[in-house]
Amino acid sequence: MPRWGMVIDLDKCFACQSCTAACRMENNTPIAGPDQAELGRAVLWNEVLPFLEGEYPHVVATLIPRPCQHCDNPPCIKVCPVQATFKNAEGIIEVNYQRCIGCRMCTVGCPYEIRYFNWYSPEWPTALTAHLNPDAETAPRPAGVVEKCTFCIQRRRKAEQQALAEGRPFTATDYIPACVQTCTGHARYFGDLDDPNSLVTKLAHSPRAMRLLEELGTLPKVYYLRQG
Amino acid sequence: MHPYNSNADLILKPVRRVNMADIFLWGVLGAFLLLGIGLYIRQLVLGLGVTGLNRPVYWGVYITDFVFFIGLAHSGTFISAILRVAGQSWRAPLTRAAEAVTLFSLPFGVLAIMTDMGRPDRILNLVFYGRYQSALLWDVTAVGLYLLSSIVFMYLSLLPDIALMRDKLTDLPAWQRKLYKTLALGWQGTPGQFHRLEKTLDGMAIFMTMLVVTVHTVVSWVFGMSLQPGWHTALIGPFFLLGAILSGTCAVVIVLALLRKVYNLEKVLPLRLFNSLRKLLITFTLGWIYMIIAEYLTGAYGNMTEEMHVINSKFYGDFAALFWGMVLLVFVVPLAVFVLKGKDNIGWMVFASILVNIGMWIERFVVIVPTEVFPRLFQHLGEGSYLPTYTEVLITLSYFAGMALLYAIFTRLFPIVPIWETAEQSVAEMAAQAETAGPQIPEPPDQPVPPVPVPGAAD
Repeated sequence: MPRWGMVIDLDKCFACQSCTAACRMENNTPIAGPDQAELGRAVLWNEVLPFLEGEYPHVVATLIPRPCQHCDNPPCIKVCPVQATFKNAEGIIEVNYQRCIGCRMCTVGCPYEIRYFNWYSPEWPTALTAHLNPDAETAPRPAGVVEKCTFCIQRRRKAEQQALAEGRPFTATDYIPACVQTCTGHARYFGDLDDPNSLVTKLAHSPRAMRLLEELGTLPKVYYLRQG
Repeated sequence: MHPYNSNADLILKPVRRVNMADIFLWGVLGAFLLLGIGLYIRQLVLGLGVTGLNRPVYWGVYITDFVFFIGLAHSGTFISAILRVAGQSWRAPLTRAAEAVTLFSLPFGVLAIMTDMGRPDRILNLVFYGRYQSALLWDVTAVGLYLLSSIVFMYLSLLPDIALMRDKLTDLPAWQRKLYKTLALGWQGTPGQFHRLEKTLDGMAIFMTMLVVTVHTVVSWVFGMSLQPGWHTALIGPFFLLGAILSGTCAVVIVLALLRKVYNLEKVLPLRLFNSLRKLLITFTLGWIYMIIAEYLTGAYGNMTEEMHVINSKFYGDFAALFWGMVLLVFVVPLAVFVLKGKDNIGWMVFASILVNIGMWIERFVVIVPTEVFPRLFQHLGEGSYLPTYTEVLITLSYFAGMALLYAIFTRLFPIVPIWETAEQSVAEMAAQAETAGPQIPEPPDQPVPPVPVPGAAD
């Protein structure tokens, strides 16, 4: 069983935010609009976070694309009172939109703030409604439930169905999330962390590799390769 | 049989016909409650976006209300259960008024959290899919048990008085007499029944003492079990528990003073009760500042980066006004008032108690929101902000109105001071008196006396 993980090379990322845009198109995340975004209600499953240290002109800027970290020891799933959010067998943290009661305990539990809540029913401008992803897993979520990055689980399902149809076994290199596919700088890698020969495993063991908030013991599966 | 209480008539006086002042009060409170309901329906239709909540401040006024009202509920149990177990018999006149505060604040705590849910229509998922790994489910269980036990405890302690009203108040409207007759469950007041009742209440008091410690600790663990700076502290359980007992006891002082004034109950709620409560409140206030010092000294001394963002925001940042205001309102002013002015002075006691409760609401807010405003990745994410909307404010007000309304109606239906628990005659004396008096035969109604035939008189 693959244990899906991601590696993001910060030397190659130049924060174009195509990953953010691609994720939104792939997963039908709701539009917040400028007023709601101002309030802090933008739903960005993948976000590029600016980390600025120092004073001008000695500023060090680190720009970190941050999807759900799909932790192996997540602080978000044990707090769900109805088990609407859970870790599946392949290590992806999912949300069951039909069961979520919207208590938002998982959203306050995540130290990476990767979980989002539907404050209103989702709406898209007419021009975009024709471009909504028809996949079942990405069906627009109703108001009152939590949502977050799923490592594009619909793509995993489609890749497996494709492999089955083509009469070949499904392997870990058969699918990648939208952000990895779109990345302009080829900075993002995705694969099976349990496969010692996969690219992500090799990169995860690189001396440049680090994870966010490692001291918390959440064991995130998104690795970052430090700049320089 | 009812143990003789010379003040029974005085205590029963409020349980009479409802007057215009009542209708007006209930009308005003009811209007606020309806406003809250209306705004909630609007929130249900539009979504939680009508509040000021956002990312990262996912929990705000509603959760503050939840913690606050559950805290208020600790009043009743503290007075009836804990002081009962401790053998503090002076508490007897206060028990029902205090339990009524518990009974009517708990539902609004529950309502507050339902108001905060994104999908309240799925509330039964808590029953079907509930799992005990989640602190929220510990909450649901503890608060649910607490509500149930409070209702039972209150009802059991009411039984002899309902029976008294059934027997004594024959001039009430028929529906009210029927109500008492049904609710009295055939209580006859035999020594055996009283004995069983006392034993049951003793047992329940122990259970509820354990429950009250559990409930507010478990409420605090909704925050304490997370990893967030400011929340993830072992002290949060005792801190919330003490705060709840403090705010609850202050609520009892306020309610008692009001009842005493409005219903002329000076004789049965004498000054010395307030003096006893004053001593308890001084202890609790000092205990509260101990908790605050323990919490913030430890945090500030440790100087951990993520903790300091939150602590500094409270000491001198965006939340400084609220934080220091809270210290002033919960500790500085009330302690001074309790110690220097509170003896034999109900007015000052009420003033300080009101300040404490305002301060305690702020305290809940100051525990919940600053931690959310400064998430660990705040250097990357930027700090959050939160401004409650009128929806949240008015719905909060409607909770207070609802609680007051239920309380006011309760005082018109049931005696707010327990008559049987404050009776001068003990159950044994009552039984002895009944025995010597012999079986009670009701007097036959007056019959017209037939004319005595006078011998020799013409008919």
